[in-house]
Amino acid sequence: MVVKNCLLLCPVFVSAVSHSQITRLYSRFTSLDKGENGTLSREDFQRIPELAINPLGDRIINAFFPEGEDQVNFRGFMRTLAHFRPIEDNEKNKNPPTSEPLNSRTNKLLFAFRLYDLDRDDKISRDELLQVLRMMVGVNISDEQLGSIADRTIQEADTNGDNSISFSEFIKADDQRHERTWKHRLDTHIVTYVTAGVTNAGSTGTR
Amino acid sequence: MASPGVRVLLLLVLVSSAHGDASGINRTRGNRTLTPEEEEDSQQHHNNTKAFPVLSFNFEHVRKPFEISLWILLALLMKLGFHLIPRVSHIVPESCLLIVVGLLVGGVIKALDSDASDTNSSVPVLNTKLFFLYLLPPIILDAGYFLPIRHFTENLGTILMFAVVGTLWNAFFIGGMMYGVCQIEAAQLGDVDLLSCLLFGSIISAVDPVAVLAVFEEIHINELLYILVFGESLLNDAVTVVLYHLFEEFSHAGTVTITDAFLGVICFFVVSLGGVMIGLIYGIVGAFTSRFTLHSRVIEPLFVFLYSYMAYLSAEVFHLSGIMSLIACGVAMRPYVEANISHKSYTTIKYFMKMWSSVSETLIFIFLGVSTVAGPHVWNWTFVIFTVILCLVSRVLGVVGLTFIINKFRIVKLTKKDQFIVAYGGLRGAIAFSLGFLLTDTHMKTMFLTAIITVIFFTVFVQGMTIRPLVELLAVKKKKETKRSINEEIHTQFLDHLLTGIEDVCGHYGHHHWKDKLNRFNKTYVKKCLISGERSTEPQLISFYNKMELRQAMMLVESGSLAVLPSLTSMQNIQPRDTVKQRVIPSISKRREEEIRKMLRSNLQKTRQRLRSYSRHDLMMDPFEEDLSEVKFRKQRVEMGRRVRLTETHLNVHNSLSFKGMVSQMGYSMPLQGGERKENKQMKALKMWGFIMFIFS
Repeated sequence: MVVKNCLLLCPVFVSAVSHSQITRLYSRFTSLDKGENGTLSREDFQRIPELAINPLGDRIINAFFPEGEDQVNFRGFMRTLAHFRPIEDNEKNKNPPTSEPLNSRTNKLLFAFRLYDLDRDDKISRDELLQVLRMMVGVNISDEQLGSIADRTIQEADTNGDNSISFSEFIKADDQRHERTWKHRLDTHIVTYVTAGVTNAGSTGTR
Repeated sequence: MASPGVRVLLLLVLVSSAHGDASGINRTRGNRTLTPEEEEDSQQHHNNTKAFPVLSFNFEHVRKPFEISLWILLALLMKLGFHLIPRVSHIVPESCLLIVVGLLVGGVIKALDSDASDTNSSVPVLNTKLFFLYLLPPIILDAGYFLPIRHFTENLGTILMFAVVGTLWNAFFIGGMMYGVCQIEAAQLGDVDLLSCLLFGSIISAVDPVAVLAVFEEIHINELLYILVFGESLLNDAVTVVLYHLFEEFSHAGTVTITDAFLGVICFFVVSLGGVMIGLIYGIVGAFTSRFTLHSRVIEPLFVFLYSYMAYLSAEVFHLSGIMSLIACGVAMRPYVEANISHKSYTTIKYFMKMWSSVSETLIFIFLGVSTVAGPHVWNWTFVIFTVILCLVSRVLGVVGLTFIINKFRIVKLTKKDQFIVAYGGLRGAIAFSLGFLLTDTHMKTMFLTAIITVIFFTVFVQGMTIRPLVELLAVKKKKETKRSINEEIHTQFLDHLLTGIEDVCGHYGHHHWKDKLNRFNKTYVKKCLISGERSTEPQLISFYNKMELRQAMMLVESGSLAVLPSLTSMQNIQPRDTVKQRVIPSISKRREEEIRKMLRSNLQKTRQRLRSYSRHDLMMDPFEEDLSEVKFRKQRVEMGRRVRLTETHLNVHNSLSFKGMVSQMGYSMPLQGGERKENKQMKALKMWGFIMFIFS
């Protein structure tokens, strides 16, 4: 019922995610929701064990919660996940989108960019980069070495000389990677193959 | 400058004369009987002592190695020669030229042997043992060791589909249709039964890695297509082995039952998985061995080669897929071995592998040409023509059909262009020929061999030559030539973590989830066992960065010219800047310049003189290189980079700086680093040199 309501109230989702996928993700949502109040808190996310050992775990969790709020409902949950749906070819031709669809490449990259850029100033400064590097690399590496890596990275990406990476420079870096790996790495099969996820979610609700 | 034609002719004469000598057994036999005669003679003529033969001729003694060396030398000289004719080497791929050379050489040998008896022809043929045991492994090892793992695993499903299902389809389609063709009255092929046709189909259906490598390497196609076709050619070995043995057994037995077919399927799994298992075991053992090679660096490369070769041979003992075993061994061994061995050993391994695989490839194609001339041929128009047509048709149908199914499961679909290239790149090569050679001697065997050779020639010549213009015509994406930057690496890892996290939120165990689990397992358990010392806990990002910096620092040291300092300037100018920064170069008197130059030159010369002589058993590091040991190098590079940046910021300021000021700046920064490292004269000279280069550039 909740699902149908969602579909009625949020037509934007219909274009981004299909009906059956919404149902499946709803099952996952309810299995994560221990308090049974229709919203997820940060603790519910932190209960997922793999997310705890993921270097970017905290930031990913934060990305689900809009500014200043502590609870996310199913709509918000879906909104974030809808970013990662693969771009279907037939979709592009069917109905010309009025606004840019959620899972366009730019929006995907914006999502990733926001994970770097915590203070939301639309720039990745050296410090923010250092923080991310430190999370990914662990504790054994000296600050010096990390600093030189960060400097090198900024040097390579920075075109306008402001010693930080703006969103357009970020997109350019992704262009390079995109050319090399020829695919949209920001897509996963999650929203397509969630059947496997559903059975796991149901049985591992008490993880 | 003698033209290549003359050179070829000279070589041919040399080869033929060698063979002429070899086949002239009478002369050597006569030689051996000459000495007692000589004794008698000498006794007659010289009463006291018998004449000591100053110069004698004994070719039999070194015949085998001599011939082998001569063949290899011929192959390599041919390779050299091709690149001197630029026009030809652009149009015709090297493999074609080599086959032509093989044909010529075979023709020459045959002509020379035509006076000798037919049964004793000494034309070397590409016999199966030589091919499978000596010529094929280096190529496969080279391919497997340097396999781009990331692309391979990302497309593994597609590759497996093409390799297994595609090859099966090819084999059965060609076999079945050929049987249909053989039923035609006019072809006089009535004695070819279904099983023989299926056997023939299974031999000719497999895409050949050697031919694919030879052609695709020259056209620099994008990595997706490369890995699809190449991966398919590697993985279809298991299918080929099973089908071949299956049909061979059946054609002897005569009848096929359902249990046999079922056993065949089981056999396929055993062959492929068993081969991979053996490869993994040898790979892990090899990686473990490399952990202890700290004090005997010289023999490190040998471990890699020997373990891999043993993996191949062990798999062949059990009739498992040797190719898959070799690939698995190389893939398993590589990350750990590379973390353990010295930089020199790494270079050695790389170059030796490339060298051996290059020689093998050349020899294979030349021998193919020679065997074509040598072998008995039975030419049957219908059979041959239909084989060629059916190969093409089945390949196209197979690729199109499979892509239709595969595209439902892929995120990035294969376009029509991609499909065309994949279908067109299905080249047959020497493996098919050798398998055909293994058949039992019947009238059909020669007919099959002729057809196989025709198909090989057709694919290598026609498809090989036309694929390059077609790639240009269809504007297929080419390989990206630039090296991976640190930016990309960070970005890729970041995205990996992000997608794994998202998958975990959804509770979906997808591609990223398992990859992450594998990486974690690798980091916590495997790396600790197999990598020695501090490198075992080094994160991937750091080792990537270090490798990159090492490469650049090597360039910095090796670039001796005043004009170019590629790494440092490229570090600044990776994105071309619009505003030209005003750099004030301090004026130094000419006398001072000369002083500096002399000082640097003398220091650097002294360095070279201090090289100690080395014994064969250990590479003693001379003091210059001791300082360049990896750990210290890293620290030096970091602080060198920092110093450069410091001076850069100073240079970019619009003041004039005195040279002294800069030196003092340099001197100033020295106490900043840890005082433990002793600064000896050479390092000072090197740094000053680098610094001066920077100023003068």
